[in-house]
Amino acid sequence: MVELSTTDLAIAAVLVLLLALLSIRLRSNISQQLIIAATRTAVQLTLIGLVLKLLFAHANLGWVMLMALIMLLVAGREVMVRQERRFTGWWGYAVGTISMFLSSFAVAVFALVVILGEDPWYTPQYAIPLLGMLLGNTMTGIAIAMDRLTQTAWEQRAVIEARLMLGERWEAAISDYRRQAIRSGMIPIINAMAAAGIVSLPGMMTGQILAGAAPVEAVKYQILIMFLITTGTGLGTLAAVSIGSKHLFDERQRLCLDRLRQP
Amino acid sequence: MSKAPPLLQINQLQRLMIGPVSLAVEEGDCLCISGPSGSGKSLLLRAIADLDTHTGEACLRGVAASNIPAETWRRRVGLLPPESVWWLPRVGDHFRGELPVTLEHIGLTAAVMAQPVAQLSSGEKQRLALMRLLSNHPEVLLLDEPTANLDPENTRRIEAVITEYRRVQRAVIIWVSHDQTQIARVADRYYAVSDGTLEERTIEGRQWLN
Repeated sequence: MVELSTTDLAIAAVLVLLLALLSIRLRSNISQQLIIAATRTAVQLTLIGLVLKLLFAHANLGWVMLMALIMLLVAGREVMVRQERRFTGWWGYAVGTISMFLSSFAVAVFALVVILGEDPWYTPQYAIPLLGMLLGNTMTGIAIAMDRLTQTAWEQRAVIEARLMLGERWEAAISDYRRQAIRSGMIPIINAMAAAGIVSLPGMMTGQILAGAAPVEAVKYQILIMFLITTGTGLGTLAAVSIGSKHLFDERQRLCLDRLRQP
Repeated sequence: MSKAPPLLQINQLQRLMIGPVSLAVEEGDCLCISGPSGSGKSLLLRAIADLDTHTGEACLRGVAASNIPAETWRRRVGLLPPESVWWLPRVGDHFRGELPVTLEHIGLTAAVMAQPVAQLSSGEKQRLALMRLLSNHPEVLLLDEPTANLDPENTRRIEAVITEYRRVQRAVIIWVSHDQTQIARVADRYYAVSDGTLEERTIEGRQWLN
């Protein structure tokens, strides 16, 4: 693999600077955001590089777990802020975070133990990137699905309540919107699988090829990852939508929209 | 032997600005309620149907709502909102139970069941929404201005169906209405909402009819 020097990165940074200058000339006000985001990328990735270096040098379960926990909590926050009408109070954070924990961690541990079989199973070179990819995608799926669920419950309040008034149980009254929410959470990963290799070359596979892996080996890893991500996203979305739709009703099966935050 | 409990009993029911309200309504009784908008009439009906949290309790034949599963309660205590809501493409998709009153009573035929909801007039929708509710055979009917947006012809049909249902099923009717002549036609008792409580009033125009 070609080793990158600081100069190489500086040249790439100059490209971004040129783009920023160009956008100033064109009076688009994006240049400030562009510079801030580019700086964040450089700083955040450098820090994570150092953290991973340390973690790889001290491969013990405790540190890997701590890293995994931090990743989970940050992803949980991301899921929360992406929902316009999220649940109020700690529910807004917990629904997404618990669902991600259930799905991403279960799938990651399963893949590490049963499929990859490294010794020890938590070898950070495998565990951390795998969990990262799982969390990143599950996060998107859950955020979209929950946003859809809470938004439709709000908009279709009249329908849900009309069905309750006619003596339907809450599960029946919200079933259509629950289905739609699960569907919209799963669509991105289904599209990604359908387009993989034709429209886009997935990032991980590209990375492995750049690092010198044989293309066929890289492809095998990519297929494995795609399947794991799909399972993780699917389970996470199902869990979040199930927990979420139940929490839209109280013990007397009343629709409780006051449990949603006003955008 | 002690007297049987009333069909519907409401004890100290309270929700936001309405209440506490206490009432006992016997089989086949029709009780009308009127009051300015925002006085909480709809909230009272929603609380009786147990759609909103509230304090106090409603009982059906002496059994408290909290001892009856929510979906069973709402099937036995049916609420008809002012605007009907439809969520499936065809009229018939929304009906499950057997109709206690034939469709001819509302001036429609069985063919309407195959029709798309989008083709119905607002009057037809409201008449069918009433039939849909009645197909649950509720013992208590909560009507929230069921004829507010309807012409006299549709109003007459709705009133006729409710009267017929009440006669045959001995159901309790709680009817929110602004129309004094309607109240005179249908009510056994009449209450006005005042400062969040119900005050019994004499039914104006009743002596004319008798």
